[in-house]
Amino acid sequence: MIAQKFEYTAPKSLDEALHLLASGAKPLAGGMSLIPMMKLRLAAPEHLVDLRTIKDLNYIREAGGQLHIGATASHYEIESSALLRQKCPLLTETAAAIGDVQVRNMGTIGGSVAHADPAADYPAALQALEAKFVLNGAKSERTVSAADFFVDAFTTTLEPGEILREVIVPIDDARTGTSYQKMVQPASGFAIVGVAVRVRQNARKVSFARIGVTGLSNHAYRATAAEKALEGKTPSANDIQNAAALVAQGVDANSDLHASADYRKHLAAVHAARAIKSAISRIT
Amino acid sequence: MKINLSINGKSYSQDVEPRLLLIHFLREVAGLTGTHMGCETSLCGACTVELNGKAIKSCTMFAVQANGAEIVTVEGLANNGKLDPVQEAFWNEHGLQCGFCTPGMIMASKQILDRNPSPTEEEVRHGLEGNVCRCTGYQHIVNAVKAAAAGAGK
Repeated sequence: MIAQKFEYTAPKSLDEALHLLASGAKPLAGGMSLIPMMKLRLAAPEHLVDLRTIKDLNYIREAGGQLHIGATASHYEIESSALLRQKCPLLTETAAAIGDVQVRNMGTIGGSVAHADPAADYPAALQALEAKFVLNGAKSERTVSAADFFVDAFTTTLEPGEILREVIVPIDDARTGTSYQKMVQPASGFAIVGVAVRVRQNARKVSFARIGVTGLSNHAYRATAAEKALEGKTPSANDIQNAAALVAQGVDANSDLHASADYRKHLAAVHAARAIKSAISRIT
Repeated sequence: MKINLSINGKSYSQDVEPRLLLIHFLREVAGLTGTHMGCETSLCGACTVELNGKAIKSCTMFAVQANGAEIVTVEGLANNGKLDPVQEAFWNEHGLQCGFCTPGMIMASKQILDRNPSPTEEEVRHGLEGNVCRCTGYQHIVNAVKAAAAGAGK
């Protein structure tokens, strides 16, 4: 399987890359989704701009009370980051659940998020974290919330010529517990469903719950009804079951040869319950 | 496009089409056929090589992306005719049946042990998730990785 012919540029700076992207080139990050699509000729960009050669896009750092992750940080760099493990363990846990070792070595957070595969892992965690994405064009910079970024399957608010430059996630205190639970599709490593939970307790009462769900519908979303069902409670096993049952409520669920819509909804509830229990158990 | 890269310590400088996959560069330009093309869809891991110390699937990377990189293939593991400990362990534990997946399995196993010199069985299996053996001889492969870990600790 050979891709159609294309031109390749390895720019040294973001400005150079954005200039090329403004004239119609397509960005290439880890290539873990784009290259298979090009080989199958589902994608045939005429010009690829390699973002991995731009050193300034690869970082994980803390600044202004938040965590900033550059577009080309790989899943492996995220899963093995001591800073993230300590300050945003939901992201390290999610990164470690992606694909396989080789994919995590090459794949990047910016590429994965911008590709917006409905079965990708990060979007669940990023919804639960209420992450922000910094998007840059040749003459623009804007910040979009995860809630607004994902529009549909493989569709985001990125405009032509724009790239996702940075992911920003909050730093939670020790009263917050998180967990990502996924039903893996064993051949591809993608999530049939994946549920990310972030829950804060105050004197054992849930003061705040955020639940992100991926794989179930066209794009990852926040399960707000389930969040509300937990908030204000000291949740019993029953309360957790009841909240988990709400994550798929009213969702137009995907159906394919791996899982029917009804089965996916069932899996979402099961994994939501596991993730809620696990997140609460991790609160110190 | 002209690219320069090092494979198993040897420098290569070659004009290539951007769409040439790294695996094709390794097999057809460099003549190193130890790296196998299996599924061609980045699922099976037979094409695994090390790129700047990280295991990657060479069927899902263009050769131009490896410009300036240091690559190690299965041919680069043995030193002066002496097998690498992972190769030795695959030999001793019979970690292969037909052998097609073996180069990729060995490269992925090296990555496991580079990052974690004494992995548990679960960690070995997690580290091999990107490699498929269609003879389904996984048990002996896992034994080989554990034997390599135990041998290196001696």
